[in-house]
Amino acid sequence: MSNITASPAIGAPRSLSTGAIITALAVITVAALLPLMLSTYHLGLATEVLIFGLLAMSIDILAGFAGRTSLGHGAIFGVSTYVVVYAVMTAGLSPLVACLLGVLAATALGAVFGLLAVRTSGVYFLLLTLALGMIVWGICLRWTQVTGGENGLRGAIRPALLSDYRAFYWMVLAVTAVLSLAIWRFVRSPFGLTLRGIRDSDSRMRSLGYDVSLHLFIGFTVSGLFAGAAGAMYALFNSFVSPSTVAVSQSVEALLMTIAGGVGTLFGAFVGSAAIIALENIASSYTERWQTVLGVTFILIMIFAPEGIVGTIRALVARLKH
Amino acid sequence: MSNIILSLTDVEVAFDALKAVNGVTIAVPKGERRAIIGPNGAGKTTLFNAITGVIQPTSGQIVFDGHTITRLPPHKRARLGISRTFQITNLFPTLTVGDNMILAVRGLSPRKFSLFGSPDADAGEARRIAAALEASRMHERANIPVKELSYGEQRQLEIALALVTEPRLLLLDEPAAGLSPAERSIVAEIIRSLGRELTVILIEHDMDLALGLVDFVTCLHEGQVLVEEPPSEIRNDQRVQEVYLGKPRHA
Repeated sequence: MSNITASPAIGAPRSLSTGAIITALAVITVAALLPLMLSTYHLGLATEVLIFGLLAMSIDILAGFAGRTSLGHGAIFGVSTYVVVYAVMTAGLSPLVACLLGVLAATALGAVFGLLAVRTSGVYFLLLTLALGMIVWGICLRWTQVTGGENGLRGAIRPALLSDYRAFYWMVLAVTAVLSLAIWRFVRSPFGLTLRGIRDSDSRMRSLGYDVSLHLFIGFTVSGLFAGAAGAMYALFNSFVSPSTVAVSQSVEALLMTIAGGVGTLFGAFVGSAAIIALENIASSYTERWQTVLGVTFILIMIFAPEGIVGTIRALVARLKH
Repeated sequence: MSNIILSLTDVEVAFDALKAVNGVTIAVPKGERRAIIGPNGAGKTTLFNAITGVIQPTSGQIVFDGHTITRLPPHKRARLGISRTFQITNLFPTLTVGDNMILAVRGLSPRKFSLFGSPDADAGEARRIAAALEASRMHERANIPVKELSYGEQRQLEIALALVTEPRLLLLDEPAAGLSPAERSIVAEIIRSLGRELTVILIEHDMDLALGLVDFVTCLHEGQVLVEEPPSEIRNDQRVQEVYLGKPRHA
C-alpha cells in the first residue's frame, strides 16, 4: 500500500518531457523561418501541408485513439470550406465570422455523422462514414443555386491583412500549432483515456458504467471541429471550392496521410501530409501517372511500415534504447 | 424478503428457437456467496449477460436492490452497483494497469467527461485503486502495460477492475479458468477475502474451488434450474452427477 500512496501518479508519465518541449519549439521555429527560404510556390505547398496535416490529425483522434477509422472527414472539412466561401462571397460576411460559421457547420456535421455512426465499429463504421460523405458530395454537386454545382464557388475572400502569402503562412502555422496542442491535450485528457478504453474493449467499458455511444459521439464532434478549422483555412488559402473538396478522394487522401504518418502518433499527421504532398508534386512533374506512383507508395508503406513513418521511427528508437 | 438483493423471476433468454435460459427463478440474499454451476451450454454465461444487461431477457423480470432492471442498458446497471468479470479476459491491453484502473474507477464519476484536464488519478481515486489492486494482489504492477502481464495476473486484474467501483453485486465468470493450481489458490484467496457487504455470484467449473468458497449453489441444466442446495449436499446430489457425468440424454 505504502509504495502506491508514495507515488500518486498512477500510470505512465504524462507531463511533457523537456526533450519534447525543445523538439516542438525547434520544429515550430524552423517552420516559422520557412518563408524566408522558400519560393512562393513552395511556401504554398508548406501551407497546404499544415492545413491537411491538421485534417489528418483530426482523423487520428478517431482512428488512433478510438479505433474508429472515418472515410467521411473530407466531407466535414469541405463543408466548412463551402460555408466560408459562401458566407463571404454571397452573404457578404467578414472572413473571420465566415470562418467561425464554417467551423460551426463542420462541428454540427461531425455531430450528425457521429450520431449515425457511433453504434458501429470496424468496417461498418468505415462504410457508414463513406456513405455519409458521399451524400454530402451529392448535395454539393446538385444544390446548384447555393453551391454553384460543378463550377463551385470562387472569389478572393482572404482579408487584406493576410493577402501576403508569407503573412498567410504564419497565420496558418500559428493556428495549426495552437490547435495541434489542443488535440494533443484532448487525447491525453480523462476523456481521451475513455476513447482509448473504447478502442481496446467497448464491452468492458459498458460494464464499467460508460455510455460508449455518448463518448464516441463527443469524440466525433470534437474531431469534426478540428477538421472544420482545417477546412476554413483551406477556404482562405484556395479562394475556391468545388465538389472535389468534399469528395471521397479528399477523405481517402487525408486518411492516407494519417496512415502514412502513423495512426495513433498524432504529430505523424504532419509528416504524412508532407510526404504525400511532396510525393504528389515530385511525381507529377515527371509523369502524368503520378497517382500510380502514389498508389504503389501506399502499398509499400502498408507492407513494410504499417505503423507509418513516425510509428516506425519510434519503434526503431525504442529498440535502440533497449 | 428485504434482504434479497437480486431476484430473477421466470427469466427467459431465447436465441430464435433456442432457449438458452428457460424460465429461471433465483433469489440471492445480500452478502451471500453463490455459485452457479452446470455443464457447458447450461446457460450460465447467458444468465450473467441477462443480469448485467449485455443481452435483454425475452421475458421475465430482474430486480436488483428494489430497482427493476430487466430492460436497462449495461452502463446503467453498473451505476446501480452491479459489476462483473469476463470469462474470456476482457481488459484494455494497450494501456497500463494503472490506466485500466483509472478507467474503471471513473466509470461512475463525472470526471470521465473532462476534456482538457489532467488524466492522473486524484487522491481519492488513487486510494480506491490502491485498495482494489491490493485486494486482488496486483499492487506492485501498476505501471506495466496489460499485454505484458502473465495470464494469471490478467485474471487478477479482471477482478481488480470489477472491485474498484465498490460494487454491491459482483459477478465472476469463471475467474480461475485456465489458471495453474498455484494461481487458482491466489484467486480463491482473493474471493475469500472480499468483504461481506458485497454479494458475489460465481460461475466456476472447478468444483473444489467453487464449493470451497460459496454458501449456496444453483445448478443449471439446459437453461433451467436443476437443483439449489448448500455445497455440502451438492457433491452427493444424484441429479447433478448425472448432468455432469453424462447419463445418456437427448441432444
